[in-house]
Amino acid sequence: MEQATTLDHTEDVYEPSLTPDSLGKLGMWIFLIGDTMSFGALLAAYAALRAGAGVIGWVPPSEILGINLTAGMTFLLICSSVTMVKALESIQKGNVSRMCTFLGLTILGGVIFLGLQAYEWTHLIKHGLTLTDIPEHGLKGGAISGSTLFGPTFYAITGFHGLHVTGGVIYLIVILIHGLRGRYTAEFNHEVEIVGLYWHFVDLIWIMVFTFIYLL
Amino acid sequence: MAQNGHNEHPKYMLIFLYLFILTAIEVGVAIPEYSIVIKGILLIGLACGKAILVAAYFMHLKFEKGILAAIVITPFLICVFLVIMLMPDITMDSRLNAIEKPAAEVVDTTQH
Repeated sequence: MEQATTLDHTEDVYEPSLTPDSLGKLGMWIFLIGDTMSFGALLAAYAALRAGAGVIGWVPPSEILGINLTAGMTFLLICSSVTMVKALESIQKGNVSRMCTFLGLTILGGVIFLGLQAYEWTHLIKHGLTLTDIPEHGLKGGAISGSTLFGPTFYAITGFHGLHVTGGVIYLIVILIHGLRGRYTAEFNHEVEIVGLYWHFVDLIWIMVFTFIYLL
Repeated sequence: MAQNGHNEHPKYMLIFLYLFILTAIEVGVAIPEYSIVIKGILLIGLACGKAILVAAYFMHLKFEKGILAAIVITPFLICVFLVIMLMPDITMDSRLNAIEKPAAEVVDTTQH
């Protein structure tokens, strides 16, 4: 009887199933799942428009877009993902200055990526790829023709991704400032892990964008 | 949940090497010109491999509870479903247009 009452007593105590650590992480995962659908919708629309171009045809992306530069950009984002996991690894071992160095390198990677994208866009716009038109001559010099939807789909998808990179760089800068002020320790660092989730997701999406927009 | 991942860190440089090699293979597969279907299958397969590496090791999905991986995979499957749902509609529509209205007439009607 006595045992039963103590059991009842322990069952009355309410313990939240989500700790502050896991709540933040779960929140970020939910956001990323939603974001997957945004990119999914854009890529599905791209696939449908490209497949439906029918009689007009679709210009092969290799005629207009340079693969070498974007392969370099892919490599850069992968590198910045590695520096991000290294930052998390450092702070979990309690090394604050090493974490700040790696966070700084991650931010640098993101900024260079954005710079290269700005360079690429400027080049393409000068070349004649706009929201309403496609260039008259391809990279190999031959005349090209095809659906003018090439431009809008290209700018919408790479632009939406670029916006995510911009957001990620700002987010990382905020975390870096907190880090420099000594907010994070070997015990308290879930915020670094959460910014990492976002950053790796941006990398993951670029892997998909690179494949569907540039290579296929 | 987070505590489990603290002690064991996967070899990140090895994952980086895999990702680098897969990217190089992707570019190598993409440049020569051959059947778009074979190229598509190869490239999508390679991209999925890279995405799985990033999610499993960099995002530590491999070290989380299995249910989280199931939740995260769902939107990707829904996206595949979305593309499949769109395909028949678009391709049939364009084929019907091509049969009923020659391209030149379509241009004429838009100019009026």
